[in-house]
Amino acid sequence: MSAFGIPIASTALRRRRVLPGFSLSLGFTLFYLTGIVLVPLLALVIRPFELGLGGFWAAISTPRVLASLRLSFGMALAAAVIDSFFGFIIAWVLVRYRFPGKGLLDALIDLPFALPTAVAGIALSTLYAPNGWIGSILIQYGIRVAYTPWGVLVAMTFIGLPFTVRTLQPVMSEQGADVEEAAATLGATRLQTIARVIVPMLLPAMLTGGAMAFARGAGEYGSVIFLAGNLPMISEIAPLLIVTKLEQFDYAGAAAIGVVMLAASFVMLLALNGLQAWAAKRR
Amino acid sequence: MGGEKTMSARFSNPTQDPILLRLVLSAIAIGFVALFLVLPLAVLFREAFADGLGKAFRAIIEPDALASVKVSLMAAAIAVPLNTLFGISAAWAVAKFDFPGKTFLVTLIDLPFSVSPVVSGLIYVLVFGMQGWLGPWLAGYDIHVLFALPGIVLATMFVTFPFVARELIPLMVDQGRDEEEAAISLGASGFSTFCRVTLPNIKWGLLYAVLLCNARALGEFGAVSVVSGHIRGQTNTMPLHVELLYNNYDYVGAFAVAGLLAMLALVTLTLKFILEWRYADELAASHRR
Repeated sequence: MSAFGIPIASTALRRRRVLPGFSLSLGFTLFYLTGIVLVPLLALVIRPFELGLGGFWAAISTPRVLASLRLSFGMALAAAVIDSFFGFIIAWVLVRYRFPGKGLLDALIDLPFALPTAVAGIALSTLYAPNGWIGSILIQYGIRVAYTPWGVLVAMTFIGLPFTVRTLQPVMSEQGADVEEAAATLGATRLQTIARVIVPMLLPAMLTGGAMAFARGAGEYGSVIFLAGNLPMISEIAPLLIVTKLEQFDYAGAAAIGVVMLAASFVMLLALNGLQAWAAKRR
Repeated sequence: MGGEKTMSARFSNPTQDPILLRLVLSAIAIGFVALFLVLPLAVLFREAFADGLGKAFRAIIEPDALASVKVSLMAAAIAVPLNTLFGISAAWAVAKFDFPGKTFLVTLIDLPFSVSPVVSGLIYVLVFGMQGWLGPWLAGYDIHVLFALPGIVLATMFVTFPFVARELIPLMVDQGRDEEEAAISLGASGFSTFCRVTLPNIKWGLLYAVLLCNARALGEFGAVSVVSGHIRGQTNTMPLHVELLYNNYDYVGAFAVAGLLAMLALVTLTLKFILEWRYADELAASHRR
């Protein structure tokens, strides 16, 4: 049976492939992907297990490593929630309202994408330092942002904002007015329509944007280190601890933290794919 | 007159928010953007020009700063074209052919975006470092990847890896295969089909992606910081030079070079906005306004 099956399948494939360059383009793609991304990532995943499973566990379960992971992921989650909330309002204003300077506001949203993270870091640090524009006001109320864990939160909020706005914007503008009109016809007040109709419809996009902001924040390095003060156990993020361990030539220890962060990225990537499938099904 | 007013109020557009809500939401949106995005930008330029234009300019043409500009430009000049070639090739394979595992391939291409920049640098240390897989062997031939330009280029390539592919894949999938198939059936060669049919269709999307890829390549900090070795005047890129000056309390110098990078970011944003506004139909759907 299979002797008949194969030629049929291959003629079917050949008929479909009218265009040239399949093996060349796919071959180059796989070669480049393997060389630049997959092999180096494999080097990372294998490295900590030179220590054995027990050694790997010992490397990541020290209080300092755990504190840094808690800080990176905890603050990234908080930043994602803040970005989702304000990102929703900003996207709403950009899609629904008309006012002068809207184009400028829209263009500015991408600033954290375009501005190098180190540049953002020194700017934020100057702004929130006790003698800075914002820092000097906050210090009167006893709030210190620069060189504390709150600095981590501010930097991650800055870096994550475009993800939430840019994910919500196209979905909001695609969404027609008909459901809102229907809700209004059925006697819903505007606030009821927003809370019971609009927000639930935008929930998948909101979660997707939030997840992207979270993933970016958890791995963020450049903008955070200038603002955070980097005290071990208090304001030291996980990526910085990787750098510190590398400087001490503790490659396996650095790789162990790297593997934990990579595993978290994988989980986030899978969650994002799941979210997008869910959003597509609901549309 | 009065009657007309109440009529229009009663039949006001039900999909429009009340004026008070509109004002409050607009104020929150503008306030948040001003606080989190505009103020950092403003403080950046203020600090750069705090001691006058002349001093800022001198900080940029100082030899170590110029060397860092050169390293950044060289890294981008190698990484961006290679990633562009990869992106076109990946998009051609994904959009024009059917094969098993396509979705998985697209997910893998996106992977570098969700990896922490520091981890992106770390993986090359583990391959090319002296305790790494290839490091000692390459050192035998006097080839140094780490703490040299090749390492910087590799780290830059990794972090900017998905840019072109993820813009072109949805764009070319949308455009389908009909035009290329027509060209081939009329006897055009594969290469001339690509140059005369595909390329004109994707040129603005391609430019858009290269623009963003280039901005990230010049601005990358975390990944490059891990592999560069921070040798002043030799392996420091512009963002690394900013860090070095800042940590040495040379604030005018740090903010002058940072201002240069910020200017580049603003030019990128402006061009991006023009492309989104002018050629919206020829970009991937997610950027259309």
